[in-house]
Amino acid sequence: MNVHEYQGKEILRRYGVATPQGVPCFSVADADDAARRLGGKAWVVKAQIHAGGRGKGGGVKVAKTLAEVHDAAEKILGMTLITHQTGPQGRLVKRLLVEEGANIERELYVGMVVDRSSQRVTLMASSEGGMDIEEVAARTPEKIYKVAIDPGMGLTAAQADDMARKIGMPDASIGEARRFMQGLYQAFEECDASLAEINPLILTADGRVLALDAKLNFDDNALFRHPDIVAMRDLDEEDPAEVEASRFDLSYISLGGNIGCLVNGAGLAMATMDAIKLFGAEPANFLDVGGGATAQKVTEAFKLMLKNPAVKGILVNIFGGIMRCDTIAQGVIAAAREVNLSVPLVVRMKGTNEELGRELLRASGLPIISADNMADAARKIVAAVAGK
Amino acid sequence: MSILIDRNTRVMTQGITGKTGAFHTRLCRDYANGVACFVAGVNPNKAGENFEGIPIFATAAEAKQKTGANVSVIYVPPPAAASAIDEAVDAGLDLVICITEGVPVRDMIATRYRMRGKKTILVGPNCPGVITPDEIKIGIMPGHIHKKGRIGVVSRSGTLTYEAVGQLMELGLGQSTCVGIGGDPVNGMKHIDVMKLFNADPETDAVIMVGEIGGDDEETCARWIKDNMRKPVVGFIAGVTAPAGKRMGHAGAIISGGKGTAQEKLAVMEECGIKVTRNPADMGKLLASVL
Repeated sequence: MNVHEYQGKEILRRYGVATPQGVPCFSVADADDAARRLGGKAWVVKAQIHAGGRGKGGGVKVAKTLAEVHDAAEKILGMTLITHQTGPQGRLVKRLLVEEGANIERELYVGMVVDRSSQRVTLMASSEGGMDIEEVAARTPEKIYKVAIDPGMGLTAAQADDMARKIGMPDASIGEARRFMQGLYQAFEECDASLAEINPLILTADGRVLALDAKLNFDDNALFRHPDIVAMRDLDEEDPAEVEASRFDLSYISLGGNIGCLVNGAGLAMATMDAIKLFGAEPANFLDVGGGATAQKVTEAFKLMLKNPAVKGILVNIFGGIMRCDTIAQGVIAAAREVNLSVPLVVRMKGTNEELGRELLRASGLPIISADNMADAARKIVAAVAGK
Repeated sequence: MSILIDRNTRVMTQGITGKTGAFHTRLCRDYANGVACFVAGVNPNKAGENFEGIPIFATAAEAKQKTGANVSVIYVPPPAAASAIDEAVDAGLDLVICITEGVPVRDMIATRYRMRGKKTILVGPNCPGVITPDEIKIGIMPGHIHKKGRIGVVSRSGTLTYEAVGQLMELGLGQSTCVGIGGDPVNGMKHIDVMKLFNADPETDAVIMVGEIGGDDEETCARWIKDNMRKPVVGFIAGVTAPAGKRMGHAGAIISGGKGTAQEKLAVMEECGIKVTRNPADMGKLLASVL
């Protein structure tokens, strides 16, 4: 799960990670009021959406007067912000963060992530802050420093100090940088984060160390112990189809193609998408109905896929191991009837009662095309959609 | 021989009385030598009772002491699954297979840290389990699609493993052991660990290795195969069409020193002399071609 920048900073401050003072705003009047309360001589008005690259897209503006804050808020709130992470359709801005302006001396980078191979949380830091870290990794990988954190000891003072020096933190600010990184680790650990990125981390002219931006992702498997973080979920930032799918315990991801696919198991679902691509078409979605797919779940899955107007055909690929193929066939038939299916449907089933399942499909009188294996199924749906 | 488990393995089930645990314990007991193999259950609240004749003990240590069980399978719900693994490790079992899906990553980091220097091997979590066909099945895979043979299967995905097995069976090829290592980022055995066992197993002639996007376990295994494996290996990686960033944080990709894409994994595997296919329906045929 993702949260907005202002929510991420709110969490980080609880762990002693310093950030500029700021106020989340939902209207221009809120923004006016926030700037007045914050005081000072400069403010930053920032669009709050779950995507990076907001500055380049015009979603971050520096204001020198209260009138400029007002203008910036008016411009950004309600705009459709397009960044390299939103896709071409962009994202409607409904929330702002108004912050005190910071006197930036240097922009740095700090990130934390779970490293699969060492099976530890790893701290990454770089002197190259404020830019796309993937670019830094590609062009100058030697400028990214990493250290694995021992789960028993946590991020030690020595490790934090070493990292701070490596990224060029002046001696006078090492202590503050240490507190920052140790606080970040504590937040990461206690909140079950899966990713934390502070880009940029800034050193101010007066030697303070602040998180100018904050991106936090959380482990969905651990949300049961963080009701406060769950309360921060903003459904406006998520794909409505994916939200709908999660209500039925279906795992769904929208993609760009025109062949809907319904599969049991994530690996098999990806393999099915790969097979569709191999035979010259593109999948419209990833959809894993899970192990215990019921007729109702299959029907909901069909409805979900068909809400996408781009879908011109559907491929069902089920390896019914413990789940019986006749049960699956009944679910597919019921779903096809309920949604009045008007696009070609290819079904491949394998496993217990395979023959009985196929017989049910044949006897249904519905124009369902049976396939022998995954490649056959992909070939048939690609041909059917192409009108061959 | 087979790897990890055989007819002489004695198994305790942690979470035997839950819905999933009860359902799959019945199926496992009904498979091949299951009645002799599944000897104990663990549930502190039901110690002294039995599950359809299988005695239930308060702790894994007690179950081991009273029945000689050396392997555990875990169906405990996610919030308590990592503690169940800890308990089995502390009891000194040889092998723990954790089926539970949805275990928090932080819990697994702590559990793997506690396991340092211990002899217990972990498979999973979030995996279908391990089967040595016609001898013993520990997990949620459908037993009847397998038969005894000389092909090893190792995979991160559940149904895609069954798919590979199904393709082998159509060609009349049985399996020595099939290991589903699970798809979680922090887990027990990796491809390379299973591959080493298959390499040493006189009853395995060749291996199908099924991977998916994310991390670099397949690449690590491929490099090991190049230098050490004395048997043919074929591979498939799911996720060529998966959109970048949907499942992997980009910082995560940086740390692994690669991008974790299917194309990249396939390229490294080919460089290391592993025959790969981009057609998921061809895993069986490809394996048959290298025998």
